[in-house]
Amino acid sequence: MAEYLLIIVSAIFVNNIVLAQFLGVCPFMGVSNKLSTATGMSGAVCFVITLATVVTYLINKYFLVPLGLTFLQTIAFILVIAALVQIVEIVLKKISPSLYQALGIFLPLITTNCAVLGVAINVVTKEFTFGDAAHMLNLGEATVYALATSLGYGLAMVLFAGMREQMAQSDVPESFKGLPIAFITVGIMAMAFLGFSGIV
Amino acid sequence: MSKLGLITKGLLKENPTFVLVLGMCPTLATTTSAMNGLEMGLATMFVLILSNIVISLISPVVPDKVHIPVYIVVIATFVTVLQLLMQAFVPQVYETLGLFIPLIVVNCIVLGRAEAFASKNSVGDSALDGIGIGIGFTLTLMVIGIVREILGSGSVFGWKFIAGDGILAFVMAPGAFLVLGYLMVLFNKLAKR
Repeated sequence: MAEYLLIIVSAIFVNNIVLAQFLGVCPFMGVSNKLSTATGMSGAVCFVITLATVVTYLINKYFLVPLGLTFLQTIAFILVIAALVQIVEIVLKKISPSLYQALGIFLPLITTNCAVLGVAINVVTKEFTFGDAAHMLNLGEATVYALATSLGYGLAMVLFAGMREQMAQSDVPESFKGLPIAFITVGIMAMAFLGFSGIV
Repeated sequence: MSKLGLITKGLLKENPTFVLVLGMCPTLATTTSAMNGLEMGLATMFVLILSNIVISLISPVVPDKVHIPVYIVVIATFVTVLQLLMQAFVPQVYETLGLFIPLIVVNCIVLGRAEAFASKNSVGDSALDGIGIGIGFTLTLMVIGIVREILGSGSVFGWKFIAGDGILAFVMAPGAFLVLGYLMVLFNKLAKR
């Protein structure tokens, strides 16, 4: 149990996926203009990351590794993710058309959100150290890790969207307008998150 | 557009980082030093050129409905080729860049050029476009890497010219965002003139 707690704290705060690992920066910048779209996008990403990690983990363990096809990881994973995103898109269109409208172009773009592929690859290739010795994650740990990581993504995105809504009303120098000031703000935010390092 | 224009547009007019703002993840993550930035840029350029060539060849026969998945498979194939080549010949570099080599698959620059340029232009022009955007990306990554390496460890390409430790934050995550932000400001300022 303690180990799961360590995974959660570490994935959300210490190794935040955007602010420390630089994954999924493009959609992070793209949809964080408004709090409502940021929340919706976080939800969609959260769902896709967790689902994709579980599916790719199983495919890797029971298909690619026994057949000695691990070199096909990249191709196999991206295809699985693309298919999953397609399914999420269809489901969302059906149950929440307004959210579907709001997310617009960024929904199909979850496929090319490197956070999804990044977490999926990380989980099956990297050894993690939570508590005791470094080891590969088992399915339960991988699922918790993926869920916590995507919650971290949502947290960063929602916090940043709040800041950007404030920023829209302030007087920003001409050359800083738009993305430059956004990057600088994220930099300061990343500095704040650096304060969490060492607690796990 | 002239052939020379195709190659040089990546530097300023269609700079992938500062103007198109694509491929931010490797730009931020792999520019801890000038050398890492350069290596990442070259790796991306390799995939960019080859995928542009193949996609411009096959795009007339690919049905419109499935063109994105087909392009992604083409790109993923070249990324796998690159992974295997790097593991065989430059394992050290492969180790340093780590996750960001397989992640070239989802680098929006590669898919973006396939969609916006290679699928509509001749093979030769697409190859030149790949080279041009690749050079722009590589140089930008190198510049960011140089700035971060100077501030963070007081050296350039490993050649140390400032004694002491440097400002560690610039090698870590916050520095990446800050340097990119301020370089963008500088680029905007200069581009406007």
